[in-house]
Amino acid sequence: MEKLINEFSNHIHVSNLAEATVLEVENLKTYFFVKQGVVKAVDDFSFSLKSGDKLAIVGESGCGKSMTALSVLRLVPNPPGRIVSGSIKLDGKDLLQMSESEMRNIRGNRISMIFQEPMTSLNPVLSIAQQIGEALILHQKLSDKDAFDRSVELLKLVKIPEPLRRAREYPHQLSGGMRQRVMTAMALACNPQVLLADEPTTALDVTIQAQILDLIMELQDRLGTAVVLITHDLGVVAETSERVIVMYGGRKVEEANVNDIFAMPLHPYTQGLLAAVPKLTTLSGKESYSKRLQEIPGIVPALVNLPDACTFAPRCAFATDICRHEYPPYTNISSSHKVACWHVAKVC
Amino acid sequence: MMSTANEVGKSSSKIDLSPEKKVSEFNEELSLAGANVHTKVGMIFFLTKRYPLGFLGLFLVFLFIFVALFAPYLTTQDPLTTNPAISLAAPSIDHPMGADFMGRDLFSRVIFGARTSLAVAFGATILGVFFGVLIGLASGYLGGWVDLVLQRLIDILQSLPTLILAMAMAAALGPSLFNTIIAIAIPKFPSIARVIRSSTLSLREMSFVEAARAMGMSDLRIVFRHIFPNTLAPLIVLATAGLGSAILVEASLSFLGLGVPEPHPSWGRMLSESASEYVRTAPWLVLFPGAAITVAVFGANLLGDALRDIFDPRQRTAN
Amino acid sequence: MAIYLLRRIFLLFVTILGVSIIIFALMRVVPGNIADVLFESSGYIDQVQKAKIEAELGLDKPLIQQYLSWLGHLLTGDFGFSYMSERAAIDEILPRLPVTLKLAALTLFFTIIFGIPLGVWSAVKQNGLVDNALRVVTLSALSLPSFWCGLLVLMFSVHVFGVIPIYSNEPRSIFHELLLLSIPALVVGFRSSALIIRLTRSSMLEVLRQDYIRTARAKGVSESTIHYRHALKNAILPIITLLGIEASHLMGGLVVIETVFNIPGIGRYLVEAIRWRDYPIVQNIVLFSACAVVMTNFIVDMLYAVIDPRIKYVD
Repeated sequence: MEKLINEFSNHIHVSNLAEATVLEVENLKTYFFVKQGVVKAVDDFSFSLKSGDKLAIVGESGCGKSMTALSVLRLVPNPPGRIVSGSIKLDGKDLLQMSESEMRNIRGNRISMIFQEPMTSLNPVLSIAQQIGEALILHQKLSDKDAFDRSVELLKLVKIPEPLRRAREYPHQLSGGMRQRVMTAMALACNPQVLLADEPTTALDVTIQAQILDLIMELQDRLGTAVVLITHDLGVVAETSERVIVMYGGRKVEEANVNDIFAMPLHPYTQGLLAAVPKLTTLSGKESYSKRLQEIPGIVPALVNLPDACTFAPRCAFATDICRHEYPPYTNISSSHKVACWHVAKVC
Repeated sequence: MMSTANEVGKSSSKIDLSPEKKVSEFNEELSLAGANVHTKVGMIFFLTKRYPLGFLGLFLVFLFIFVALFAPYLTTQDPLTTNPAISLAAPSIDHPMGADFMGRDLFSRVIFGARTSLAVAFGATILGVFFGVLIGLASGYLGGWVDLVLQRLIDILQSLPTLILAMAMAAALGPSLFNTIIAIAIPKFPSIARVIRSSTLSLREMSFVEAARAMGMSDLRIVFRHIFPNTLAPLIVLATAGLGSAILVEASLSFLGLGVPEPHPSWGRMLSESASEYVRTAPWLVLFPGAAITVAVFGANLLGDALRDIFDPRQRTAN
Repeated sequence: MAIYLLRRIFLLFVTILGVSIIIFALMRVVPGNIADVLFESSGYIDQVQKAKIEAELGLDKPLIQQYLSWLGHLLTGDFGFSYMSERAAIDEILPRLPVTLKLAALTLFFTIIFGIPLGVWSAVKQNGLVDNALRVVTLSALSLPSFWCGLLVLMFSVHVFGVIPIYSNEPRSIFHELLLLSIPALVVGFRSSALIIRLTRSSMLEVLRQDYIRTARAKGVSESTIHYRHALKNAILPIITLLGIEASHLMGGLVVIETVFNIPGIGRYLVEAIRWRDYPIVQNIVLFSACAVVMTNFIVDMLYAVIDPRIKYVD
């Protein structure tokens, strides 16, 4: 196992030193053009990642989190969507200015992705080893035999029992949890600088969830990969991340360290999210046993033809006129805490 | 027209970024997606632009029906009058498509042939759909031994090649217009029954059926008011495609001498009468009836394709 | 896997049995039988003679008995006699079989050779020039009656080459024979390959939309590898199924094309036999064609099980 890690370390790219910015996304806009109008799936989204970072992007379904990840890899379905503006810099080089073949060298190699649906994300007619090995053969120019051996080692790494047997099997013979492990192995095969994990555990049982998350975090610590974990589950965020970005309506509404987000949520939406989490307390605890679950009134807006306003305004208890007419700029509460809200002072 | 992830890997070059555009400037891409359509008339125009071939198909089918219905008004000649004097005459003003070996005007025969084809094709399709739907619904909904028996029946009928079964039936029943309709409908209904059956099977498990049952609805009502309407989409596509194939089978049967007999003019039979012998001397006898068949079937197929695109969203990108 | 096979074989027999019943019933539905036909030409019907002939041929016995005796004969290899030529049916059918088989094989060959690559190309370069052209061409091919297409080919060869490609029973060489047969095979194959092109195209497009294709792209796999390694292997499955269904249409096409090109195969013989109400021949040929279809579908099922690991490794 140590041999494997050492070998991986040999493939670590030069810039993967601590504290160096690995990924810098600036003002990313990904729009979709549909019958109903323009859908601003990702609107003016910016963030940066240093090596080894543990970033979580949180938001409800349909807020644009997955599309952000797909945009980074330039896998936006086109038509009907496309990246309209912005820059995505990997080690200083803008991915949006690259040719498609240069981009292919990046995918699976320096930036990898784990998808949400393990049941459909693996090719049913190819064996496990073939699918993991493909990335290795492609990016590291391994021979077929070497790729097979490496695949088996990777399966060991992701803690799949009987890896040699499993390597020759087909996806339908594996459970959902095991398939997600295979996806993880596939994503980490070439030791990428950035791992995008799009709700990797949403489709799995709770116990398996914990295992997969632990696995990802453990591997990340060892290999130094920067992880962007996309999720709607705040519990997962608390367990695994160092920094959090809260997304709503395609935009970033708050960004902070994980402690700050939970201790001092500033955006009304973040506050709403935290309040909506059911708390397990006993009768003798501070909370009343029969307190109702706090929901955020209203529903997630359709992202079509959004007006120039704060997207959360319709559901916000603190909304005023300015909120309904102009989108709030980012206020830096501290070096690590940003909010987009006109009433930050009041809400504080 | 629309494709999804297929285009992702396409561009070997860079991305076209447009940072300064306002929403209104994305108009071109929006209109492609149909975002500018607001009225019903606009909807029709949009559909026409988006499915031009389907529109052509619709037009051809309407033309076919029109010609069949108004045949007597479209030609002055009588399709059945023989006139040995002009046997095998080439196309002329009097006889725009020439005359056959018995001196009958080909143009009027082609026009009236549309009637025969229409009658047989629509008759066979409607009959086939009728039986197919009944058997498919019964088989899918009732299950059990009813399903087993009906499935065997469908299997058996489907293992006989369509044309050959139609030939055998036509031979067994004797030559007549009505018998031809039956001979074509029988091989047709198994495939329809299959599709309806599988739709029914999946619909049967859905919650709204359970809810209807819980409300005390009788099975018959459930089947016809809840299940059947949901099978309409694939059914319409299948029926339209079936129209084209029905026209072809009738033509083939008539060509082989087993289809529609005299006195009804039939395009297929016109071709068998002309067959290899007149290929050299009177090519118009071969060209016109065959072209008529092709155009009619082509229209039905185009329409069927477009309907499939419209109704089956999964197939939409397969355009 | 073994149980699956046994079940399929059992169903196979049940189906063929059912087919035999239907054929038999159909042939007996016709009012009037071969005896009537024989007398039609002479103009009047001698009842005594007719009864004698009917008794000879067993036509006066109850239907069930006729059916069972026919079935019994079939199982012992006795295929009956042709009413027309009074020779053993097997002696009439067997010599005509090879031509039809060659024609069928050629048609299948052309269908696959043209159908699959063009379908893949069409899907990969969706909405490109080739795709749009193919869409029109395939739709036309499906709208053309194959016998008309054959007639047009004859017309073309007459006007351009001055000759009609006539199939003769003594070809100069196997190569020459195959060449001659290629023309009708191409005519029938034109339609079949159109179907295959369309299905390959839609199957490929359906597969290309799947999640696992997105995963492959996220790994940086090149487009051409995606098309041939990831997509086609999945897309081929419904295509194989269609080839099985096409076997059924193929036979109808062969009957017609043999008539147009005057090829002495069992297709043309079937038409003649129906015209003469030569029941035994009709029954045998129809039964044979049904068996061929059933066999083909069986082989297709087995092929499916071999290619799709989900079926191979289940239970």
